[in-house]
Amino acid sequence: MRNTFSQTLYECAKADPRIYIVVADISPAGSMAKFQTEYPERFINVGVAEQLMIGMAAGLALKGCRPFAYTIATFSLYRPFEMVRNDLGYQNLPVTVVGMGAGVIYSTLGGTHHSMEDIAIAGSIPNMQILAPCDPLEAIDATRHCATQDKGPIYLRIGKAGEPRLTENALEPFVFGKLRYLRKGNEVCILSYGVIMKKAIELADILQAKGQSVSVISCHTMKPLDRVGIETALRGHKKVIVIEEHVPQGGLAPQTKQIAWDIQAKCELYTFSLKDEFIHNYGSHDDLLAAHGISVPKILSAI
Amino acid sequence: MNEINNFDPGIAKVRCNKFRKRILEVSQQVQALHIGSAYSCTEIVDAIYFELMRHDYKGQSQDTFLMSKGHGCMIQYVILEELGLLSKQDLDLYCKPEGRLGCHPDYGNPGVAASTGALGHGLSMALGIAYAEKTRGTDGVVYCVISDGEVQEGSTWEATMMASSLAVSNLVVFMDNNDFQSLGRTSVTHPSFYPVVEKYLAFGWDAVQVDGHNSKAICEAVKARKGDRPLMVVCKTTKGRGISYMENVPIWHYRSPSPTEFQQALQELQAELQ
Repeated sequence: MRNTFSQTLYECAKADPRIYIVVADISPAGSMAKFQTEYPERFINVGVAEQLMIGMAAGLALKGCRPFAYTIATFSLYRPFEMVRNDLGYQNLPVTVVGMGAGVIYSTLGGTHHSMEDIAIAGSIPNMQILAPCDPLEAIDATRHCATQDKGPIYLRIGKAGEPRLTENALEPFVFGKLRYLRKGNEVCILSYGVIMKKAIELADILQAKGQSVSVISCHTMKPLDRVGIETALRGHKKVIVIEEHVPQGGLAPQTKQIAWDIQAKCELYTFSLKDEFIHNYGSHDDLLAAHGISVPKILSAI
Repeated sequence: MNEINNFDPGIAKVRCNKFRKRILEVSQQVQALHIGSAYSCTEIVDAIYFELMRHDYKGQSQDTFLMSKGHGCMIQYVILEELGLLSKQDLDLYCKPEGRLGCHPDYGNPGVAASTGALGHGLSMALGIAYAEKTRGTDGVVYCVISDGEVQEGSTWEATMMASSLAVSNLVVFMDNNDFQSLGRTSVTHPSFYPVVEKYLAFGWDAVQVDGHNSKAICEAVKARKGDRPLMVVCKTTKGRGISYMENVPIWHYRSPSPTEFQQALQELQAELQ
């Protein structure tokens, strides 16, 4: 997904001289290196200086540029939080803050490199929009949206490398602010976003093999959330399952529960989030998710 | 362009006196307005607007002024009123529910380049603006005022290192070096901050120290700059400058004078020009 993001951004930036890429000492993956070589003036490496990365991006945006601030999620959002809030959110500037390798993808680097609370933190800032594509194809649409919108800051949560393509046969195109049905059924509905979507697909395959009619929805726009779409999903299925790579506070799970309460939904509702704790395990991404209680067998036994 | 750039040190003195009186006047509408901080940088901001920035007849400029020490913004407000970008009514409604001006500059208000108030944000944004001007060929100069206390923010040093690394020559920064912050003298809490000019020279900036209440010295320092790198003008200033009982007294960082104190201050400002 990271390389797809880079390639898309490269293409957008070639066409639009207002696009600047401000990075904080992160190796330029894929086409980012090409952009750096071809447009050195529009590629700024501020070094290990994330507050400056956001502040400088704000300054560029104040002069009509469309900057992307890019580094590992915890460093792009947590370290410079007040800059993100004041310089981008308060001033409502069209800057994309890219949180790369969000969640617990950096599974061997430890908790300092995890961003398990980023949706809650970014989502709590007025004016901030959030996009979390689930696969490389959706990352193309999300990146293009960020590169062409003028409405304010976006937190773009992306994965790292090797994510499978999940949306090739999606039933609907990517539309900012709208849920996207990848599959449509009428019994079970799985709501998810970001790279953990692969678990949702795996689960759907198993349920469908058992003869159940399953919807799979990519909730790629985490803010503004498609409230009407979630209401429809809650009303249109007997069982709704939320799977997210995020702590239980402030993510999709509590927001779906709130909507379910507001409309007095009759469906069964199950949510699977990361634990509200720092874990000290290492291993693969799947190992980390399992340590947080998220695996397809565990979900199957719980629903 | 440059139609109001009729700078003269004598005229500047009269103008600064007028601005201090206007700030004093506004102070009677509210409990607090950071009067000491505004008086500290009155000559600096006056010189930026009336000598350094290029203006058209409507007061609009291709250059940018960014008040990183946002709490000193009363001096900017009264200058924007003088330039016609803000109205008397705007100042009359300062900090009132129906007004649009508060204790810190808000982006979106006329003449305000960025929202500041939280310290350590302005220099990074100023650098971004200056870099955009440079790389897009729009030729604007960015003038930024920071406080000496603000330099304790790590973000300020992030921007300091980068500005000279990028050789952003259209960035001119003034440090309002009044040696005071909320909890006392900077020279007491942070003696290792000194000498100041040498630190900026070491970071690859052009840097010079001037008397921050001498308008002529401020302007000459900018005009004499090398021009191939960012410039730091370290302005030696006095917090609360111009009013005897305010000078170097920390409570005037924030509070407004009482009616009696107001009268005394007014008399002192009137006497300054006689």
